[in-house]
Amino acid sequence: MKHGSRLWLLMFAGWLAATPAFAAELTGTLKKVKESGTITMGIRESSYPLSYLDDKQQPIGYHIDICNKIVEAVKKEVQLPNLKVQHQPVTSQNRIPLVTNGTVDLECGSTTNNEARQKQVAFVVTTFVTNVRMAVKKKSGITSLAQLGGKSVATTSGTTSVQLMRAHEKAKGIDFKEAYGKDHADSFLLMETDRAVAFVMDDNLLAGLIATSKTPQDFAIVGEVLNVEPIAIMIRRDDPAFKKLADDTVKGLMKSGEVDKLYAKWFTSPIPPKNVSMNFPMSEKLKELIKNPSDTPAEAYNKK
Amino acid sequence: MGYHWHWGIYFDKIKGGEETYLSWLITGFGWTVAVSLCSWIIALVLGGLIGTVRTTPLRWAARLANAWVELFRNIPLLVQFFLWFFVVPELLPEKLSLWVKQEMPAKEFVTATVCLGLFTSARIAEQVRAGILSLPRGQRLAGLAMGLTLPQTYRHVLLPMACRIILPPLTSEFMNVFKNSSVAFAIGVLELTFQARQMQEDSEQGIETYLAVTVLYFICAFAANRVMSWIEKRTRVPGYITTAK
Repeated sequence: MKHGSRLWLLMFAGWLAATPAFAAELTGTLKKVKESGTITMGIRESSYPLSYLDDKQQPIGYHIDICNKIVEAVKKEVQLPNLKVQHQPVTSQNRIPLVTNGTVDLECGSTTNNEARQKQVAFVVTTFVTNVRMAVKKKSGITSLAQLGGKSVATTSGTTSVQLMRAHEKAKGIDFKEAYGKDHADSFLLMETDRAVAFVMDDNLLAGLIATSKTPQDFAIVGEVLNVEPIAIMIRRDDPAFKKLADDTVKGLMKSGEVDKLYAKWFTSPIPPKNVSMNFPMSEKLKELIKNPSDTPAEAYNKK
Repeated sequence: MGYHWHWGIYFDKIKGGEETYLSWLITGFGWTVAVSLCSWIIALVLGGLIGTVRTTPLRWAARLANAWVELFRNIPLLVQFFLWFFVVPELLPEKLSLWVKQEMPAKEFVTATVCLGLFTSARIAEQVRAGILSLPRGQRLAGLAMGLTLPQTYRHVLLPMACRIILPPLTSEFMNVFKNSSVAFAIGVLELTFQARQMQEDSEQGIETYLAVTVLYFICAFAANRVMSWIEKRTRVPGYITTAK
């Protein structure tokens, strides 16, 4: 029987070696990452300054920096210091399908956290807040929605800014025409070439477009706030272990003051590729969210 | 896959409004049909004319017509939309330019219709030319020998047969007009593709949205196909081209 018991011991040792020492059973995204040895970040090509490509076509930005911290935490959790990080460019049309079907594990772009999307995906705690407002030419003298009667207003197709405008009480009874660009650069062009007097969009995007335009001093962001939108990093739904890891990482960055430093780096200092500053100080709402991190959807911010 | 299905989405109300997503799709469908049919009329008239001119002995006119076809055939449709919408108005005198950009009624629709109409006219012109050239040379000579003038020869001898010959490729072209009209979303025409993008962004139910849109485009193109095949049967000359049952 001596021989047999030694075989049993050997098998036991083999089983010990095969099991990740002391680690709890991994689930969801963490399990997938551990098994494949890679994690895929979804990135945007021109969402200044959250996520965009620099002149060497490398993804950079505020959300990219935060995502890199989450990836560090994942490396520790799955004990793979050489975890391969892949970058997958996404658009506003395909970002949600790519996350739900498993192509992208961590979407680091400029996605609004809202109720409709929470049916498909989950969000890490909010890391940026944008206000929907309008950009105009300074010489138009427009400062409020009430002055838009009979005029054309530009926005980007596939976004819902015009519905927001219609729904705003100050716009009640004001008859404005709509003009649509196929992307933000097109919509800005509509306003720049006088096809529309105003361009309604997230204020950080407007600030970016103005900062990189030919004549930044000719444009201004004005008018009422039409909607407050929490922007967050997107992950798969029903994956509590990964969500907790990502949430804890971001909350840690918020507590240590790291987020404020990153914010200053991307929003109030000159950034590549043109070395222009966005001049976009942190809003009160975001300061509050850094103190009390939360992942509630946009609807909670705009209760009337 | 972790997709959340919701087939009732078409009857749900849009965010911040009273209309349903279905009403968005129906409006989009209406604009798609309007743009397509108006462009088709422009394309038929211009294409027929230009294609015919290309086969006449009028040298300078034929050259001009050839240039027309090459111009519109060699530029991608999306680029043409941008040229008509963003570039052409800047070339006009300032007052007229501002009027086109701000006051012109339904400016996106007009621009899209003109652009798609001219693009398609170049393709039809090519087919009309091919149809006329496929007739035996003797037909033209016989017409002229009978004492008909050149326009009369075209009107009574060449065109009636050429038109019948090119009906099958025209059918494809008619179906293409509906499909090509989808590019008009890029300049802000509220057609079906545009509404699909809006609906997808608003509802996050992408698969249901694009399935509905696929069905609507299919209906358009298939209806176009049926209409043309009806015309083909009605205008058939027995014993000529095909012996249809």
